[in-house]
Amino acid sequence: MSRIKEAFAGGKAFIPFVTGGDPDLETTKKLLIAMEEAGADLIEIGVPFSDPVAEGIVIQEANERSLSAGCTTDKLFDMVKEARKTVKVPMVFLTYVNPIFTYGKDKFMKRCTECGIDGLIVPDLPYEEKEELSGVCEEYGVDLISLIAPTSRERIIMIAKEAKGFVYVVSSLGVTGVRSQISTDIGKMVSMVREAADVPCAVGFGISTPEQAAEMAALSDGAIVGSAIVRMVAAQGRDCVPAVRDYVKKMKDAVKTSCIDKTSIV
Amino acid sequence: MDKKEKKGRFGEYGGQYIPETLMTAVQELEEAYNHYKKDPEFNRELEDLLKNYAGRPSILYYAEKMIKDLGGAKIYLKREDLNHTGSHKINNVLGQVLLAKKMGKTRVIAETGAGQHGVATATAAALMDMECEVYMGKEDTDRQALNVFRMELLGAKVHPVTSGTMTLKDAVNETMREWTRRMDDTLYVLGSVMGPHPFPTIVRDFQKVIGKEIKEQLMEKEGCLPDAVLACVGGGSNAMGAFYEFIGDPQVRLIGCEAAGHGVDTEKHAATIAKGSTGVFHGMKSIFCQDEYGQIAPVYSISAGLDYPGIGPEHANLADTGRAEYVPVTDKEAVEAFEYLSRTEGIIPAIESAHAVAYARKLAPSMKKDQIIVINISGRGDKDVAAIARYKGVNLYE
Repeated sequence: MSRIKEAFAGGKAFIPFVTGGDPDLETTKKLLIAMEEAGADLIEIGVPFSDPVAEGIVIQEANERSLSAGCTTDKLFDMVKEARKTVKVPMVFLTYVNPIFTYGKDKFMKRCTECGIDGLIVPDLPYEEKEELSGVCEEYGVDLISLIAPTSRERIIMIAKEAKGFVYVVSSLGVTGVRSQISTDIGKMVSMVREAADVPCAVGFGISTPEQAAEMAALSDGAIVGSAIVRMVAAQGRDCVPAVRDYVKKMKDAVKTSCIDKTSIV
Repeated sequence: MDKKEKKGRFGEYGGQYIPETLMTAVQELEEAYNHYKKDPEFNRELEDLLKNYAGRPSILYYAEKMIKDLGGAKIYLKREDLNHTGSHKINNVLGQVLLAKKMGKTRVIAETGAGQHGVATATAAALMDMECEVYMGKEDTDRQALNVFRMELLGAKVHPVTSGTMTLKDAVNETMREWTRRMDDTLYVLGSVMGPHPFPTIVRDFQKVIGKEIKEQLMEKEGCLPDAVLACVGGGSNAMGAFYEFIGDPQVRLIGCEAAGHGVDTEKHAATIAKGSTGVFHGMKSIFCQDEYGQIAPVYSISAGLDYPGIGPEHANLADTGRAEYVPVTDKEAVEAFEYLSRTEGIIPAIESAHAVAYARKLAPSMKKDQIIVINISGRGDKDVAAIARYKGVNLYE
């Protein structure tokens, strides 16, 4: 079992996201440690990219802040390596194909293993183009995490069958960002995944409140929250760590108590 | 790697690097396109629109004064600037909006750089009763204010894009984001031979009429093929349209003219083939101006239409295989060519097309008198007059 799958073994998972290097790498390192302490089961770190097409405005701006503060892929790897001395939960990178491709696919994966990155989420790499990275990921033991979307329909089965680590269930159409309501039939998407493969599902896009997190975790194996945390980082800069810690704790508690697995009743 | 030939690839370039959310939308488009491109009714309607609405075929003009002045090769101008809406963009847009209509869509969205593609899309949308929204970099809405008003006049809503460098690449980002929000009733009408498969193929197919006409018209006038076909290249749709018919005729040189801005040795250029490297962006593997970490570079050109950090995947492949050549042309050379063609032939070309004219001025004198150059004048220059005046330090509005 990969370290990522283990993160889901102890019940519903809470998965926070931060953009690496926003507002600076030192703060990101503190955030990683604080989020683990607050109960994060797995942590997503965004590798900043100039043109993040799957992101809404909150995370777009975080990418811009990080890059203008001088964050690079190399510096981010170095920071993660440092943080790894303390952080025990799995950490995954969220990034686009180009930063990986241009860095050198082999070199990128090698550094992932050296620095303790367990998986990659690449929003612009759909099933049809997976081969671009799947071979080299496998070679280095880095899980290439698949995404399914509300439009995926019957594609879910083929995607789930080859999924590694966990399946990222995109809750809504559009880009990342806080939403007041999620209207997609998440339960159905998750049950399609479960019929096809034994792989955990975590829901992301649009989740910000403990109620939403509990509801989404009840329908799946975990909840992913990005923009709501990045907003706190944007508002409080280097002083954001205590607020993010409290928030992660509150969200983890909400997810933990969401034990009724509605899909297993159906 | 020994892999089966993948769909939508030009050599190693192309592909579909897009969010999962959009996969069903591009597959729906591909299926519809494969169906309608063989549908006689669709083709009849499109042909009728191209002939009776856009004004095709566009003329192939013998540039006698230019020939006399430059000495050397014969020069013909393919007058895409005379099409309805003033550029080659209408060819693609009529095809795609008609396709959208057949697919049952009621709304089209588009990115635009200089505004030519936006204006063309707004025009076709007005004609075919579609809702239309255009995304345009804030910097370009300033540079090309007239085209913004023109699109609004045609009933489109224009969204100035304030993210990133506020130019064409950011307009593409924003249009893609909008498409992931709403695809049931909406088709993204992409303006160039770029983006995820099937766009590079669809746009090339709708533009290849340019090269087809050049071949027929030149055969009639000269009874032979041209020796060189020149076109400006940003994303590369007018060039692809002009080149495609000649790819199988190796004696015809295909020359794409890239925007070198202040020069390829400065940081202010948009010369992708000259200065870029392979990457994956905007749904495609191709060549991009980027840094060592794959951050897309903020490119520059006086021409908003060429101010793009990438190039269509089929061009990247033509460059790799050596079938086409790509040459850099600076702002200064383009502005001089803009003025030159205006004074010499009484034709004001788009500043984009002026890049191709500039290279022809260098090339023609080195060629023999019986050799033939065709320059694709992809658009008219009315939209650029104010910007050229600014470049020359003249303020028209004071």
